[in-house]
Amino acid sequence: MKELICIVCPKGCHLQVDEAQDYHVTGNHCPRGEEYGKMELTHPTRVVTSTVRCTGGTHPRCPVKTDAPIPKGLIFQAVRCLDGVELTAPVHAGDIVVPDVCGTGVSFIATRDL
Amino acid sequence: MYDLIVIGGGPAGLAAACAAWEKGLKRILIVERDRELGGILNQCIHNGFGLHYFKEELTGPEYAGRFIRLLADTGVEVRLDTMVLTVTEDRQVHMVGKNTGYRIEKAKAIILAMGCRERTRGAIAIPGQRPAGVFTAGAAQRYVNMEGWLPGRRVVILGSGDIGLIMARRMTLEGARVLACVEVMPYSGGLNRNIVQCLHDYDIPLYLSHTVTDIRGRDRVEQVVVSKVDEHRQPIPGTELVFDCDTLLLSVGLIPENELTRQAGIAIDPRTNGAVVYEDMETSLPGVFACGNVAHVHDLVDFVTAESQRAGRAAADCVLGGTAPEGSVLEVKTGDGVTYTVPQHIRPGRVAKNCDLFFRVNRVCGDSQILVQSGDTPIARFSRDHLAPGEMEHIVLPRSLLEGASGSITVSIREVASK
Amino acid sequence: MYDVLIVGCGITGAAAAFQFSRYRLKVAVLERENDVADGTTKANSAILHAGYDPEPGTLMARLNVRGSALARQLCTRLDVPYRQCGSFVLAFSPEESVMLHTLYQRGQDNGVPGLRLLTGEEARAADPNLSPQVAAALYAPTAAICSPWEYCLALAETAVRNGADLHLETAVTGLERLEEGWLVHTNRGDFRSRYVINAAGVFAQALHEMAAPKTFAIHPSRGQYFLLDKSEGDRVSHVIFQCPGPSGKGVLVAPTVHGNLIVGPNADPVPDGDVGTTAQGLAYVRSTALKSVPSVNFRASIRNFAGVRAVSDRGDFIIEWAAPGFLDLAGICSPGLTAAPAIAEYAAQLLERDGLALEEKESYCCQRRRIRFHDLSPAEKARLVAQDSAYGRVICRCETVTEGEILDALRSPIPPRSVDGVKRRVGAGLGRCQGGFCGPRVVEILAREQQVSPGAIVQDRAGSWLLAGQTKGGTDHV
Repeated sequence: MKELICIVCPKGCHLQVDEAQDYHVTGNHCPRGEEYGKMELTHPTRVVTSTVRCTGGTHPRCPVKTDAPIPKGLIFQAVRCLDGVELTAPVHAGDIVVPDVCGTGVSFIATRDL
Repeated sequence: MYDLIVIGGGPAGLAAACAAWEKGLKRILIVERDRELGGILNQCIHNGFGLHYFKEELTGPEYAGRFIRLLADTGVEVRLDTMVLTVTEDRQVHMVGKNTGYRIEKAKAIILAMGCRERTRGAIAIPGQRPAGVFTAGAAQRYVNMEGWLPGRRVVILGSGDIGLIMARRMTLEGARVLACVEVMPYSGGLNRNIVQCLHDYDIPLYLSHTVTDIRGRDRVEQVVVSKVDEHRQPIPGTELVFDCDTLLLSVGLIPENELTRQAGIAIDPRTNGAVVYEDMETSLPGVFACGNVAHVHDLVDFVTAESQRAGRAAADCVLGGTAPEGSVLEVKTGDGVTYTVPQHIRPGRVAKNCDLFFRVNRVCGDSQILVQSGDTPIARFSRDHLAPGEMEHIVLPRSLLEGASGSITVSIREVASK
Repeated sequence: MYDVLIVGCGITGAAAAFQFSRYRLKVAVLERENDVADGTTKANSAILHAGYDPEPGTLMARLNVRGSALARQLCTRLDVPYRQCGSFVLAFSPEESVMLHTLYQRGQDNGVPGLRLLTGEEARAADPNLSPQVAAALYAPTAAICSPWEYCLALAETAVRNGADLHLETAVTGLERLEEGWLVHTNRGDFRSRYVINAAGVFAQALHEMAAPKTFAIHPSRGQYFLLDKSEGDRVSHVIFQCPGPSGKGVLVAPTVHGNLIVGPNADPVPDGDVGTTAQGLAYVRSTALKSVPSVNFRASIRNFAGVRAVSDRGDFIIEWAAPGFLDLAGICSPGLTAAPAIAEYAAQLLERDGLALEEKESYCCQRRRIRFHDLSPAEKARLVAQDSAYGRVICRCETVTEGEILDALRSPIPPRSVDGVKRRVGAGLGRCQGGFCGPRVVEILAREQQVSPGAIVQDRAGSWLLAGQTKGGTDHV
């Protein structure tokens, strides 16, 4: 049995996940919590947010995020993909900044217009 | 003459202006001191915004972007790079801007949406030397996320508020080493999810019941001394931990930014540090409303949006003459375990169907009841399996219930089983 | 070859530079830090004392009373924030009431105008938040408050405008006696001067001993303070002292010219001149101040700081020749800020008596004005912004300081080299958010105007770096 704090929403439910019972989740208040509990013990993932350089805009950095969660173990590697990337304004929220991050099929996308 | 002037173009101001426009106000002006709309959301590049309001997980800039696009489809006028200097009792707004000059505009209604500022080292009197390298978490966030500068490489964070936790992760991902997050209370001030995904994910230790007792370094921070505190939050000698670091980030609380409010002679609640407001967010000065973090500090922007929409609609009603007569006024009192409530006053005659009541508790509780009383008579009870000072609570009181009360109602908490 | 070389640009050195720049002389000021007013001058009570404290007949007594009168004129001419708010010394017991009589008598002997002894009721009528325990008070109408760093800056700027050379980040490493005058070795090369004036504050003993055998010792004494928000700014309307003790004038509560409340200092010896605050020191200041004014709300604290005072073992100012052509202005502890222009005047007399000709310059200019946006009327603000839009961009929201004022400072005779240098000149970052909002904006303006990377901008002294390097593989590291 593993105790976890759910991170899918600000509520922060205290989950119990039973590895012996096919990762049965209790303590969750919604189906997304159940999904999180299972995933966190079998294949933990995170959405990663960061910035990239940008010239010609209001600010010298443009915020980005992965458009889907990526494996937790790849976070640092993923962030390193952003070093040296330089966007040129205009940038639009949703523009792909780095496709297929670390072979995950997930892209870093811009999260604002600049 | 404007129908409505909204002071501040962050999430509160944007939502209020959009709601007032939808209600039919035509001459609306947003005054924003920065060079763009969106306020502090622009530097909150992490995700987790919008789960309540948009039912999806957005980053700060995305959340702001949605409202900025909504606003673009309205006829709301925006003045950027413009600072409001004074609001007078007769609703004149003095403002100055590099491109807009010095102007005095008059409005039928005003919405105060100036947000909040961070508590500083001076506010909590951390002893020690005064080197560079002590930043509020929000200032560091601006440097890292918007300007592309890392304020330091070895970091201690004081305070486990959400901004501090978020910055622990951000600075780690940008190559800094975060050595500790230190919290004077026996529990974290931030959301559990942020403890997990910002500290645990990166093996950053959280020291509860600890505080910073010395800062060392002549020119730049060289060491920070952390001590354990007793139940009265007093440092315990002999428990000192010394961290070699170049940076101390402070995430030790937010204070509503109410200088304009005070100047205008509007009543301030010392518990929220914001204006005293009625059920529709109207302040003690008729026609002037306050919403978002300037009224009380929120944890979630979604609630700022909802509250600001109520303020925007009420301001529209006020200008368009749709406001119900004032009638009787109920005072909302804070009972055991409750540090403040918003609103502080309710006019049952102006409650459409339900009245939203927000408050914070002063301690962590397990299974609890929220009790609303009129005099000694309980009029409503709400169950919660968890209460914490870091999490704003929300209850909904039906109009019928409020009409039955007289003079005042009191909100308190009773812990049923301790956690 | 300079005629007069002053070491140290705190209030004493700046006043001396101001004084000598009136005359047809080549004047230099060497300052080890990157700004003027960086030692004792920037961290003190900001009080211009009336002059009843020092023993009659001392230099302190004479120069305090003279300095107090000079300061009033100078602050007006040089546009330095100044308010003659008067002071009270409080007595809580019959013994302390006797002490007030002693101070009153000293004040009479020293020539302090307008002193009056008040009952506790009279004192509370004038300042209603005083403790009900106050039994009597000594009222000194000529006591005043000022901005010490702007006072120092204004004197130094005026000196520079009148031809004095200010060398910042220039520390004296040795002195050699020449046939005529002195050879001064520094980290930035050698200087020659006919006269050297020692205004080195807590370093005055060390400088003296480069020129002459030891004749005095400086024992730096640290004082800790609270600065409170403007919401506490009118808690008192006078400077409130308690009866002086062996370690000085004790803990005061006073309004500041910027509208805040200042509370402090304690006094503890710090051999190394450390200016850190301590929990014990602050607790002492707090509890002592509450004795005078029980309603001070310390929750409104916006800053703590400490300063060191150059207390000497002589008990009086040391203004004398250490060696031929080498004049000490040492041991300038309280009331040094008040006495500074009188000390400078006296130093000029000593050099003149020694044979230096003091001929007034025809072109001498002793006026200074700066724009303070916050203090203007709406009509004046509108006019100013219409003339120059930089005054329309508010950088510091707490103190309403505009970009225009920062640009003015950058074009002044002694431009700021740091974020705190900007703060001391225009007040950006002085307010309740302590630069949290305007800090990054000031860095941006400094970097832009000085055409350097933001990474090169320092908070205060050289070495007080702010930014470690750029994110995202930036190469712009400091």
